[in-house]
Amino acid sequence: MLHFFLLLPFLLAAMLPLLNKLTKELHPGWLAMAAPAFMLFYFLSRIPEVSKGRSLTASVPWIPSLGINLDSNLDGLGLLFALLISGIGALVVLYSISYLHPRKEAVTRFYVCLLLFMGAMLGVVLSDHLIVLYGFWELTSITSFLLIAFWHKREVSLAGALKSLLITSFGGLAMLAGFLLLGLAGGSLRVSELIDSSAVLAASPLLLPAMLLIALGVLTKSAQFPFHIWLPDAMEAPTPVSAYLHSATMVKAGLYLAARLMPIFAGQAPWYILLTTSGLITLLYGAFRAIKQTDLKALLAYSTISQLGLVLTLLGLGSVYPTGSTHEYAVYSTAAAAAALFHLVNHAAFKGALFMTAGIVDHETGTRDLRQLGGLLRFMPLTFTVALAASLSMAGVPPFGGFMSKELFFGSALDAMRSGSWGTAAFLIPVIAWTASAFTFVYSAIFVWRTFGGSRRGEQADASHAAVQEAPHKQPNDARHATMRAPVQETPQDARYETLQETPHEAPLSMLLSPMLLAAAALIFGLFPGSIGPNVLQPALDSLQPGAAEAFTELSLWHGWTPELLMTLGVFIVGGALFLIAPRVPLLNRPLRVLFSWNGVFKGGLRNADRASERLTSLYLTGSMRHYASYVFLFLIVAVAVTTFMTGGFRISFSGMAPVTVYEGIAVAALIAAALAVPFAQSRMMAIILTGTIGYLVVLFFVLFRAPDLALTQMIVETVSVTLFLLCFYHLPALKREKIALRTKLINGLIAAASGIVMTVVALGAFSGRAFPSISDYYLKNSYELAGGKNVVNVILVDFRGFDTMLEIVVLGIASYAIYGVIGLKWPEEKVVERNGLREREFRLIYEDARSNDVILQTLSKVILFLILTFSFYILFAGHHEPGGGFIGALMTSSALVLLSIAFGAKTVRSALPLNFRIVTACGIAVALLTGIGSFAFNMPFLSHAFGYVYLPIFGKNELATAVLFDLGVYLTVVGITMTIILAIGRDK
Amino acid sequence: MELLLALTIGILFAVGVYMILARSLLRVILGLSLLTHSVHLLLLTMSGLKAGAPPLLGEKADSYVDPLPQALILTSIVISFGVTSLYFVLAYKSYQKLGTDDTEQMRREADE
Repeated sequence: MLHFFLLLPFLLAAMLPLLNKLTKELHPGWLAMAAPAFMLFYFLSRIPEVSKGRSLTASVPWIPSLGINLDSNLDGLGLLFALLISGIGALVVLYSISYLHPRKEAVTRFYVCLLLFMGAMLGVVLSDHLIVLYGFWELTSITSFLLIAFWHKREVSLAGALKSLLITSFGGLAMLAGFLLLGLAGGSLRVSELIDSSAVLAASPLLLPAMLLIALGVLTKSAQFPFHIWLPDAMEAPTPVSAYLHSATMVKAGLYLAARLMPIFAGQAPWYILLTTSGLITLLYGAFRAIKQTDLKALLAYSTISQLGLVLTLLGLGSVYPTGSTHEYAVYSTAAAAAALFHLVNHAAFKGALFMTAGIVDHETGTRDLRQLGGLLRFMPLTFTVALAASLSMAGVPPFGGFMSKELFFGSALDAMRSGSWGTAAFLIPVIAWTASAFTFVYSAIFVWRTFGGSRRGEQADASHAAVQEAPHKQPNDARHATMRAPVQETPQDARYETLQETPHEAPLSMLLSPMLLAAAALIFGLFPGSIGPNVLQPALDSLQPGAAEAFTELSLWHGWTPELLMTLGVFIVGGALFLIAPRVPLLNRPLRVLFSWNGVFKGGLRNADRASERLTSLYLTGSMRHYASYVFLFLIVAVAVTTFMTGGFRISFSGMAPVTVYEGIAVAALIAAALAVPFAQSRMMAIILTGTIGYLVVLFFVLFRAPDLALTQMIVETVSVTLFLLCFYHLPALKREKIALRTKLINGLIAAASGIVMTVVALGAFSGRAFPSISDYYLKNSYELAGGKNVVNVILVDFRGFDTMLEIVVLGIASYAIYGVIGLKWPEEKVVERNGLREREFRLIYEDARSNDVILQTLSKVILFLILTFSFYILFAGHHEPGGGFIGALMTSSALVLLSIAFGAKTVRSALPLNFRIVTACGIAVALLTGIGSFAFNMPFLSHAFGYVYLPIFGKNELATAVLFDLGVYLTVVGITMTIILAIGRDK
Repeated sequence: MELLLALTIGILFAVGVYMILARSLLRVILGLSLLTHSVHLLLLTMSGLKAGAPPLLGEKADSYVDPLPQALILTSIVISFGVTSLYFVLAYKSYQKLGTDDTEQMRREADE
C-alpha cells in the first residue's frame, strides 16, 4: 500500500500526456491534482496509527545481491514530511491551475515534472535504505533542474537551473560517499539498523569523515552558507515551483536528513557544532541580505535561506546530547528538536502563502520590483490580508504559529548558552538568534508595506527614465508582462496607473484559495498548537529522539513574562525602528558591496574546471589514430604481462610438444619471412600478395594441425578477400614510403616487439599449463549422443553454442548493411537505361567494360561454376558429419558467383540471379531465428535442436536434424552478406 | 613444434601491431589481418598440436584434437572477414572523399 502511493506520482506522470490528449478541454492541473489529493487523504488516514508509535514498513527487493531493497518506512518524521509534500503539493497544483495558462504554457510538461518531483521527494522521506534515499535525493535535484528551467528559452532560467543542479548534486555525491562509509562502519545501510548500532558507529574511525560528507549533502541541499547561492537564482522558476520546492519541500530535504540521522549522530561534537554554526551564520546572513532585496521573490529567497538556517540551528542544538542522555540540559535539547519540527511546519505554511501572494502580485501587475510596487491595498484587499497574516507569522507576531516556534527557538538558544557545552562563544547563540529575528521583522514589514501600503511608486513613465535597469532579480517573473517594466524612480506621488495596460485587480478566488488556506493554517498552528502537536509533531519528535518527553502538550500562546517574551518584544521595537530608518540608511537598503563574492567563487571555479578538463583531455585525446592504437596496445602489454606474472602463468614446459618435421619447418620459415617482408613492401600489389601468402600459409597450418573446417573456411575467405582487395585496388593511392621520424619509428617498433613477446609468452604459458579443466571432452563425448552430429566443430557452432552463431550472423549482417550504406550506391534502374540512350551508353561503358574478354575463362567458368555450386550444397548439408557447414558452403557459393561476375560482368550475375542479396541476408537471419523459436513450441529453451534417423531407400540410415535448418539460415545469411559486399564494392566507380 | 609456432605467433603479432601504428590506412588494414592470423594460430596452439585425429567422430580414432578452439577460430575467421571488408570500404570511401589515406593528414584537415 505504501509503495502504491510512492509509485502513484510516477504512474500519473507517465500517463499524464495521454490523459491530457483524451481530455482536451480540461486543464491538466486537475488531472495532476489526483496524486497529491489521494496521497494526502491516505497519509491523513495513517495519523492515528503512526501517532501510537507504530510505523508502517514495506519492502520490495531491488538489488537483492547487494542487499539493497526498496525499504519504505512511514514513521512519525516520515509522515510529517509526507503530509507536507502531499498537502502543499495539492495546494500548489490548485494555485498553478490559474497561474499557468493552459494554451500559452507547456502545462503538461510542467505537471509531469512536478509529479516526478513529488514522487522523488516522497521517496526521500519514506526510504529506510540509504542508497535508495540517495537515488530519490538525486532525482529531486534533476526534476528541480527541469522545473527551474521550465522557461527554458530564457538564459537566466537555464543558468539558475544549472547552478542549483551543480551545487546540489555535488553535495549529493559527497553524501553518497558518506553513506557508504557509514555503511562500512555500521555494517548496514538501513537507517533503522544503523540507529541500533550507534554504539559501534561511535567507536569507528570512519564516523568523522562520514559525518562531514553527509553534512555537505545537508548543507548544499538546504542552501546553507556558503552554498546558499543557488537558491536566489532558482527563483527564475515559475512561482508555483518556488512555492513548492523552495519553501516547503526540496530545500527541506537537507533538514529532513539531519533530523533523520539525529539518533545516529546525536552527541557527536563535530556534527552538532557544524550544524549549529552553519545554521547560525546562514540565519543571520540570509536575514541581513533579505532586507536589501528589491525583488519580491529574491527577498523571499533570502528569507528562506535564513529560515532554513534557523531550523538547522535548532536541529544542531537538538543533537548535542546522545539519545537517552541523563544530562541536566538533555531535556532542552529535546525542546530544540521539537522547536525545529514546529518551525518547519510553520515555515512551510507561511512561506508557501508568501510565495503565492508574490506570484499573484506579479501576475496581476506584471512586476515584482518593490521600487515600483506599492498601494495595492486598494486593489487587492484579499491578497493583502493573506500576505499580512503570513508575514506576521514569519515575523513572529502572536497569535500566529511563527510566534510560538520563535519563542521556542529563543528558549533553546538561551538554554544552549546556559548549558555550558558551547564554551566562551555561548553568548553568541542567543545574540545571533535575536539579531536575525529583528532583521526578519524588518523584511516581513518591507514585504507587506512596500507592496500594499503607501502609494504606488515610479508610475511616471518619463522618457528620461526609460532606460530600464536590468538585473536578473529585477526582471518581471513572467515573460508575458515584459512590456510593463516601468522605470525605477522614487516619486512620492499618488497612485496613477496609466503605464499599466490594465488596472491591477484582485486575483480570482481559485488563485487565492491556496494561499488563504496556508495563511489560515499559520494562524491555527498558533492559536491551537494542540491541533498538530500531539498527533503529528510528537510522533515525529520520537523519531528524532526515541523516548523523548512530551514536548507539545504544554504549548500555549501565553506563558508568562519569560525572557523569551521580552526578547520578542525587543525584536518588535528594534525591528520596527529599523524598518522606519531603513530607506535612509545605505547599509540597509543598498545592495551589498563585497570584495569577495561566493557567486564569483562558483563562477571562477566552474570556468577553471572547464579549462582544466579541456587541457587534460587534449593531452591524450589527440585525434591521432596512432596514439589511440598505441594506448590500446600498451594497455594490452601491461595488463597481460602483469597478470601473467602475478598469477604464475609464466611457466614453460617443453614436454608434450609435437615433433617438428622438415616440411613444417619450411612452412614456418616461409610464414615468418613473408610476415617480415610485409612492412617493407613498396607497392600495393606486393603488400596484398604478401598478406595473401600469409593467409594461405595459415591454411597450410590448419591442414597440418587437423582442422579441416578451418582450412576450408580460411582458404575461401582468403580468396574472396583477395578479390575484394583487388576490386578496390585501383581506387587506392599508391603505397607511399612513409616519412616518419626515426623516434616515432623506434617507439612503434618497441611497442610492436613488446606485444609480440607478450603474445609468445601467452602462447607458451597457455600451452604449458591449464588453470581449469577443459570442457572440450564434454563436446567430444556428447556431440553424437546429444546433437546427432559427427563433425564436432560444426555441432558446437550450430547446436552447443548456437546462440553465439546466431548473434554472429546478425553482426555480419549489420556489417554488410553498413558497407552498403557507406558505398551509398543506387542500383541503376532498368527503365532509365532503356528510355535514355545516352544513359544506356554510360551504363554499358561502366558495366560492359568490366567484363572479361577472356574466352577460355568464360568457357571454363561455366563448367567450374556448376561444380563449385554443387560442391557447396554438398558441403552445406554434409557439414553436420563431415567437414563443412553453413559458413563454408556459403562462402563457396559466393566465390562461384564472384567467378561468374569476373568472367561475364556483374550485370550477367544480376540478370541470372535477380535477387536482392540484402533481403537474402534478412531471410537467412529469419530462418535461423525461427529455427530457434521453433523449440518453444516443444516447450524447450531457445535453439534446442531435435534430430531423428530416417531410412531412405538408397542412402540407408540417415539422420535428420533441425540443426541443418539452422545451418541453412547461416548459409543464406552469409551468401547474402558476401554478395552484398562484393557487388556493392564492384559497382561503385 | 609449439615453441616454433609460439615464435611465429609473436612475430606475426608484432608485424601486425607495427603495421597498425602506420599512417596509411591500407597498411592498418593489412596489419589487422596479420593480427587476426596470429590470434588464430594462438588459439590453436593453446590446446596442443597434433594430439589426435581431426574432430570428426566418423574417423573412429582413439583421441581427437581439441574441437573448441577450432569452433572459436571458425567464428573469428568469418567475423574478421566482415570487419576487414567494412574497414576496406571505409578506407576506400574516405580516400575518395578526402583525397588521402594518411590518417595524420586527415586529422590535420579535420582540425582546420
